[in-house]
Amino acid sequence: MKSLPGAKRWLILAIILAIVAGALAGQFNRYYLGVWMDCGINIILAVSLNLINGHTGQFSLGHAGFMSVGGYTAAKLSLVYNDSVPSFLHVFDQWKNFFQYIPSSVECWRFILLGSGLLLGGLASALAGLAVGVPSLRLRGDYLAIVTLGFGEIIRVIFQNMEAVGAASGLSGIPKYTTLGWTFGLAAVTVYIVATLVNSTYGRGFLAVSDDEVAASSMGINPTRYKVTAFVIGAFFAGIAGGLYAHHKQTLTPTQFDFMKSIDIVVMVILGGMGRTGGVILAAIILTWMPEMLRGFAEYRMIIYALMIIGLMMLRPQGLFTLNFKRKGGQAPT
Amino acid sequence: MDFYFQQLVNGLALGSIYGLIALGYTMVYGVLRFINFAHSDVLMLGAYAAFFMAPAIEKLVPLPGMAGALIVILLAALICAVIGMLIEFLAYRPLRSRPKLTVLITAIGVSLFIEFTCQHKAVFGAANRAFPKLIDFPNFTLLGLTIPSLSVIIVVITALMLGGMWFIVQKTKTGAAMRAVSFNQQAAALMGININRIISFTFGLGSALAAVAGVLYALTAPAIEPLMGTQPGLRAFIAAVLGGIGNLPGAVLGGILLGLLETFAGAIPGLSTYRDAIAFAILILILLFKPAGLLGKATVEKV
Repeated sequence: MKSLPGAKRWLILAIILAIVAGALAGQFNRYYLGVWMDCGINIILAVSLNLINGHTGQFSLGHAGFMSVGGYTAAKLSLVYNDSVPSFLHVFDQWKNFFQYIPSSVECWRFILLGSGLLLGGLASALAGLAVGVPSLRLRGDYLAIVTLGFGEIIRVIFQNMEAVGAASGLSGIPKYTTLGWTFGLAAVTVYIVATLVNSTYGRGFLAVSDDEVAASSMGINPTRYKVTAFVIGAFFAGIAGGLYAHHKQTLTPTQFDFMKSIDIVVMVILGGMGRTGGVILAAIILTWMPEMLRGFAEYRMIIYALMIIGLMMLRPQGLFTLNFKRKGGQAPT
Repeated sequence: MDFYFQQLVNGLALGSIYGLIALGYTMVYGVLRFINFAHSDVLMLGAYAAFFMAPAIEKLVPLPGMAGALIVILLAALICAVIGMLIEFLAYRPLRSRPKLTVLITAIGVSLFIEFTCQHKAVFGAANRAFPKLIDFPNFTLLGLTIPSLSVIIVVITALMLGGMWFIVQKTKTGAAMRAVSFNQQAAALMGININRIISFTFGLGSALAAVAGVLYALTAPAIEPLMGTQPGLRAFIAAVLGGIGNLPGAVLGGILLGLLETFAGAIPGLSTYRDAIAFAILILILLFKPAGLLGKATVEKV
């Protein structure tokens, strides 16, 4: 961390801001609040996909699949344990009698439930990432794209047939636990971990694998390990984003996590510039707001979207923004 | 017995359609080494072209059923060949020297563009449309087994197309040029081959096959809609990989294997809901154990 003296301070600042914003959330218009929470979730998704597609140079089209694993895990946990507040938490209710700003036992339980749900969802998703990463090692480019797309579809078909999570009709009535503080706090943590990881000595390996696999392996870097690591970490954060999404939208159906959802996240990464964390964050925010702004042109929206992808690839394949969090005195990863 | 025979015939017909689409994928992959994601949308456009032309052709050319149907299919193939060449010219040619990932993302963009444009209410609209039958396809019985004639026609057309493609690629001068471009573009250019023309021709040929497959697919399906190409398109790509990408008989073999597997899995009660996942599971297995495909040759990366 010595190489990034400011990074920790930025992280702490961002988390404090997120908590303050979360505390003030009651003052905001509910609609804007909802869109901003989408922004936070999309930042987590885009930055984590950027680790796989941008920094490590792979091409995954299955991020929505990882997201659904985390989302379903966290949602199921909340639905099962929502009302079973453990008795030891009742002590908070007693303290509340003396000092009213202390959270009640129910609020405390919600916090624990969402936190553990997100963590479990992330871990389940990371496991899925491992399952995808290991067989995909020998593949690159378009083969990898098709295989990850296939894994996403397989995950979706499995959920569609799983009675425990409502099969095709999905889960509904998921408690609304996600707040602005949670989304932006976790988005800050994701950005911090991905940016510092890529800037660390270990993380240079991701960039080396992206630049030239053969050259990297002849320098003693094990591309296999780096690719699997990228998939596992990327999937972990996608799982967390899925958990937040589930507790924000309150309903989950398998069709929410289809091919188009994966494409949406990929477009955030290519618009922001592959491997450019700052640009990707900006792109995630812009692409979350764009459909809201273009509501009047709803029928042309997707056509514009497709033309944007083609135009971007022809005119500016490196992405619109050149923002990056770079190591001081070092060279920016490209 | 009759049930299994029916499944066999259905599987062969479905597999032949997959094989026909896979031929287009495999040829384009052969010369340009990238997945033409828009191929499945060309298939859809072919079906729509036939849909709009069929009533007009019926009025203009009062020919007996079979000839009219053939004219419709040929015209749809011609239209789609032009569309395919246009896509190549507008979207892929400017990017030919760029990294493959850029071309791949562009191909996804082109595919989405065609799909969303066609879904717009001023174009085709998102609703299902009933596809005309073109001609009557009676069932006939052989040794006490019922055989739908449409399935036989599909299998025969696929066999003819495979033979035709094999002839073009192996026996004609253009085919030799296609193989040369596939082997080494720069060297081919130095030998005086017009690369742009060959690639354009390959796209035209592949798109024409997609159109034929689209019409046949529409005849077996009850209705057509702008997203109808996506699922058969993905399956056909998997079929091409299964047979060994770049290999013409491999594409049809892969398609038929996939069609049979899917149809039989769909007939087993417990497995039918997982039918959509089977193709992808096969893809993952084949890439793990025999990445070159059943009939393909393994390639070694040179440093």
